[in-house]
Amino acid sequence: MATFKFELVSPERLILSIDADQVDLPGSEGDFGVLAGHAPFLTTLKTGIVTVKAGGVSSRIYVRGGFADVNASGLSVLAEKAVPEAEFDPAVAASEVAAAEAVLAEAKSEEAKDRAIAALDQAKTAIAALA
Amino acid sequence: MASLKELKNRIASVKATQKITKAMQMVAAAKLRRAQEAAVAARPYAHRLGAVVANLASAMAGRDDAPLLLAGTGRDEVHLLVVCTAERGLCGGFNSSIVRLAREHAASLLAAGKTVKILTVGKKGADALKREHGNRMIDRVELRGVKTVGFDIAVDLGKRIVDLYEAGEFDVCTLFYSEFKSVIQQIPTAKQLLPVKVDAPAAALETDYEFEPDEAEILETMLPRYISVTLFSALLENAAGEMGAKMTAMDNATRNAGEMIDRLSITYNRTRQAKITTELVEIISGAEAL
Repeated sequence: MATFKFELVSPERLILSIDADQVDLPGSEGDFGVLAGHAPFLTTLKTGIVTVKAGGVSSRIYVRGGFADVNASGLSVLAEKAVPEAEFDPAVAASEVAAAEAVLAEAKSEEAKDRAIAALDQAKTAIAALA
Repeated sequence: MASLKELKNRIASVKATQKITKAMQMVAAAKLRRAQEAAVAARPYAHRLGAVVANLASAMAGRDDAPLLLAGTGRDEVHLLVVCTAERGLCGGFNSSIVRLAREHAASLLAAGKTVKILTVGKKGADALKREHGNRMIDRVELRGVKTVGFDIAVDLGKRIVDLYEAGEFDVCTLFYSEFKSVIQQIPTAKQLLPVKVDAPAAALETDYEFEPDEAEILETMLPRYISVTLFSALLENAAGEMGAKMTAMDNATRNAGEMIDRLSITYNRTRQAKITTELVEIISGAEAL
């Protein structure tokens, strides 16, 4: 199976850089999968889980506030927060929920509130999926 | 001529100082390595985000629906200067060179009849600007107790600046920090933060790129993040630069103390010898008199 270069970058460091067979991402307009030779594509991501399949092994990563850039050189995901499943513990989950709730508490306009509620739901769904 | 005891005390005190500066130099060296690593690790994200934003921004240029952060308010009246300095001194000219650049910038803006507002990050910058521009300072952010600069600090700061901008508090925002060239060279830099000014994209965007949602919306979510990342890398460069400057300054101080000890030791020995000679002469002339 053809592979492509997958990179996951957070502001603090490069988290992952591997040759992947398939990566499934939670796009803001719907989940999508990337295989080798995907058309150039740029999208924002919602809070959720990125699934990476490489060499028959599949791993999951919690991602918040990111976007994905698919181009000829591969797929790069830039995320504000990215935690691999192995490092994801209740403390991280609690802080993520608290962060989303803080955003909601601060939201003033109706539009911002809707967005914050959606983000909180997404975070909760992702946490439930990982638990 | 100082007495022997005075000289001895002096030498002991300089030696104690030298020990402290030496220790500070070594601490700075260790911290510098960590700060440099952090700055390097943060580069891929900033680089990629910069490239994507540049691409999108050039596509949006001139369009009416370009986001406020990119298009600007269309005015050039109120300037916000964000001055990032270190939290501590004893690092040579590091803080003062950043402050000097900011002060010059503020002076030229004021001379041109613009309004200047100042936001300081780091205690030293606030202290240095307080006297001259105290009434222009809108806020000061202190990084006291922050061990390593985390991205969340930059996000908070970026959010604050964007909120102020959207509230129409200022028209142009300039960021002052020190670019980390090398351990011995830090260059105070002024960088326009808002409206976002991007370099021309390195390569034209592939024509058949698909966007989800559309360009304008992506750009809207990406620009605040871009500002945070710009702040974050400025803070990291500052952290590395501060440690570099501190290391150099403390190295100089240690060397100067060494020279001083040498000089004082020579004086001490000469004085001691002179005293012995005088005593001998006294004894001999006393014996001869008998």
